[in-house]
Amino acid sequence: MLRIEGIGKHFGGVPALSDVTFRCREGWTTALIGPNGAGKSTLINCISGILAPDTGQIHLQGLRLDGLPAHRRPFLGVGRTFQNLALFPRLTVLENVLCGLTPQGEPSMLRSLLRLPATRHRERLLRLKALEMLDAFGLTDKSQWPVSILSYGDRKRVELARALVSEPRLLLLDEPVAGLNAEETARIGTEIRRLHGAGLTILLVEHDMDLVMSVSDHIVVLDSGRAIASGTPGQIRSDPRVIEAYLGRMSATA
Amino acid sequence: MTPRDKILYFLRLHRTGLTVWLLAGFLLAFPALAGNPYVLGISNLIAVYLIAVIGLNLFIGYAGQISLGHAAYVGLGAYGSALLTIHFDLNPWVAMAAVAAAVAFAAFLVAIPTLRLSGHYLAMATLGFNIVCHTVMTQWDQVTGGPSGLAGIPPLSLGGVSIDDEAKFHYLVWSFAIVVLTLGLNLARSSLGLALAAVAQNETAAESLGIQVGRAKTRVFVLSAVLASLSGSLFAHCFTFINPDSFTIFNSIELVTMVVIGGLGSIWGSLFGTTLIVLLPEFLHFFDAFRDIIHGLILVTVLILLPQGLVSGLRDLLRIKLLAGRNNA
Amino acid sequence: MPTLSDLLQFLFAGLTNGAVYALIALGFCVVHNTMGIVNFTQVDLVSLGGMFLYSALFLLGLPMPLALLGAVAASALSGALVERLGIRPSRSDDHLVLIFLTIGLSVILRGVMKLAWGKNRMAVPPLTADEPIRLWGATLLPQILWILLLTGGAVLILAWVFRRTALGLCMRGVASNPAAAAIVGIDGGRIRMVSFAIAGGVGGLAGALVTPITTLSYDVGVLLGLKGFAAAILGGFGSFVGAIAGGLLLGLLESLAAAGLSSAYKEVIAFGILLLVLFVRPTGLLGKRKG
Repeated sequence: MLRIEGIGKHFGGVPALSDVTFRCREGWTTALIGPNGAGKSTLINCISGILAPDTGQIHLQGLRLDGLPAHRRPFLGVGRTFQNLALFPRLTVLENVLCGLTPQGEPSMLRSLLRLPATRHRERLLRLKALEMLDAFGLTDKSQWPVSILSYGDRKRVELARALVSEPRLLLLDEPVAGLNAEETARIGTEIRRLHGAGLTILLVEHDMDLVMSVSDHIVVLDSGRAIASGTPGQIRSDPRVIEAYLGRMSATA
Repeated sequence: MTPRDKILYFLRLHRTGLTVWLLAGFLLAFPALAGNPYVLGISNLIAVYLIAVIGLNLFIGYAGQISLGHAAYVGLGAYGSALLTIHFDLNPWVAMAAVAAAVAFAAFLVAIPTLRLSGHYLAMATLGFNIVCHTVMTQWDQVTGGPSGLAGIPPLSLGGVSIDDEAKFHYLVWSFAIVVLTLGLNLARSSLGLALAAVAQNETAAESLGIQVGRAKTRVFVLSAVLASLSGSLFAHCFTFINPDSFTIFNSIELVTMVVIGGLGSIWGSLFGTTLIVLLPEFLHFFDAFRDIIHGLILVTVLILLPQGLVSGLRDLLRIKLLAGRNNA
Repeated sequence: MPTLSDLLQFLFAGLTNGAVYALIALGFCVVHNTMGIVNFTQVDLVSLGGMFLYSALFLLGLPMPLALLGAVAASALSGALVERLGIRPSRSDDHLVLIFLTIGLSVILRGVMKLAWGKNRMAVPPLTADEPIRLWGATLLPQILWILLLTGGAVLILAWVFRRTALGLCMRGVASNPAAAAIVGIDGGRIRMVSFAIAGGVGGLAGALVTPITTLSYDVGVLLGLKGFAAAILGGFGSFVGAIAGGLLLGLLESLAAAGLSSAYKEVIAFGILLLVLFVRPTGLLGKRKG
């Protein structure tokens, strides 16, 4: 489904990623783990097009993604959330989710200005779709709230709803439970499993090991910009390189 | 649903459209109510400004960009209409459309390099463009008439009736203004309006949702320049006389003031802001010396207390109050 | 064909204007570095410098050196007041809002000046006697020498403050990382006020120096100030060396272009150059390219 081949990225001479290669299989949840600064978010940003890799190729179902502008990628089925939330604070919950429907057809300026019955009809359909998505996330009551007054957990879920409403084929989740309490984390975990059950391909970046181990089919470990190991959660748990590079270091600092 | 519920639902569903009709009805009767050409003259000026201000609000308030040079586009519209009708004897309507098209093209050319800029660079580029236009209007006197400007601009006419007094002009400019107001409200409520707001609040997120940030900005910039040009053309035919003093950077700043006071991202706010700023000098006759200070104080106070402008700011406050109240209940 | 002395004449004019633009550009940069915004009241701080000089000379009857010092000090104080009374009450961190706020304050300042000093144009005497000096066939007003000298002095003092004093260190700290600066206990509000005072000081100095050559009125600073802004942008906005280089470059280009083409279109040339530069290099000539 998603093929990452030899991706490299430098920031002013400092290598953030070097020669990273792995695959995400269709319908699988692939987790990308590694210590801070390993290059996980950089890789996510390369896939969603916010950053352009210096070397390597990214293929989605045989289509080459690298080189395409970021705004083209949602049309090809790439959806994402951000590490530190990237909602539109002055828009309401519903409006934020509606923004996620851009790939369902960009309206022309003239049509938007005239607001003909056909346009209105189309927008009503989009609205219904967004409301359905909010319903699935239990956010219906708050649909008219500006997101700036929501709790952090609610905001995370609004962002997830926004990423999902356009029905992406590949969902990139950048630390979806960072900063959430146990209850909220469990809620997002359930959500990820539900999406997995529905056949969505997910690439998950996360530090929360319990979550990673419980939802992923496959794990890729990054360290200092290199993919040092990959395998099933069981394999990763017992891989000495991983324990050395990642878990060991974590227990050493903990 | 009881009949009362039905009526309430209907009112709620169509509140925007109904308000526009209500306003249109009021304006239809206004000349009879006002009865004084001076009052009509002021209200006409509000309409002329409003057309440009709504365009500017789409650019500043919705798309979150900065323009300190919109008076240049108003000036291009005014001078374009004046020159085409005086020197080339063109039909004023044709001239108006031709100038608007030319300004759209010019704005498009300016937008390509300019809108890549952000923040202060954009502020400087738009200011610079305004100063360049104003200098050319002042210095190129063989064509523009120099500092004294152009006089004898023919009035518009419709169906053989020349639109040459305040009452006739009232119907003309307010028809334009109401149409522009409606178009603005439509755009604001559309997915495109939402996309613009998204661009304003987080470009990266907007881009990763599939919104073409550069294209969205360019489109709304061109639209706002066209509206400014229309406003300028109407201005020229309304006063039959123009000079460069109406199109300086200070006029640009006045347009920005109207947008900001009314509210960033509120079309109704623009109506309020424009009305307030145009009417202000009328109330401040006795304080003429204090005019600038009061002007500035209003802008500063609004920005400090309600940074999103009076109408948008109060609307947001009210909304949050209501939601909080509902939650506690 | 212009003669050598003509060229020299234009060179002097360009350098003089350039020095004034550079001073104003420095004012824009200082505030930009600590707050990240364009401070449009800068243009009025330039006018204020001229106004204060005028009042110090004719109202208080002070001798020229004292009057100049007083004018600079009063402009610096005005800058600090603008920050304390106008900017600080706003708790917004939205740059768009803050920029509009400085525009509003600028309108107020112009209103106040109009009220206090009137709308008429006034004349300010130069620092020393008006006897032109002849230099290789070009005539040189002593004021021009003063402008170059005092601008150089001001730049050196500023450089010393920023590099050698604790205050300068704090200001650079706030500029590079406001959050970290707050954590180590730097009072951000005070630093912002100081940066406005410095902006007022250099702006006031520019105004006091240039108004004897131009004339003085409540809006004399607008065009000068905007060219200072243009100079700052040319230099990449934020870098002091860039601001000075941008100022001198703009002054020289403007003067030479006016000589070669037409002085009526001086403004068109100055801002035309700026627009061209921005279109080719959106971050200014000396600015860093985005990664």
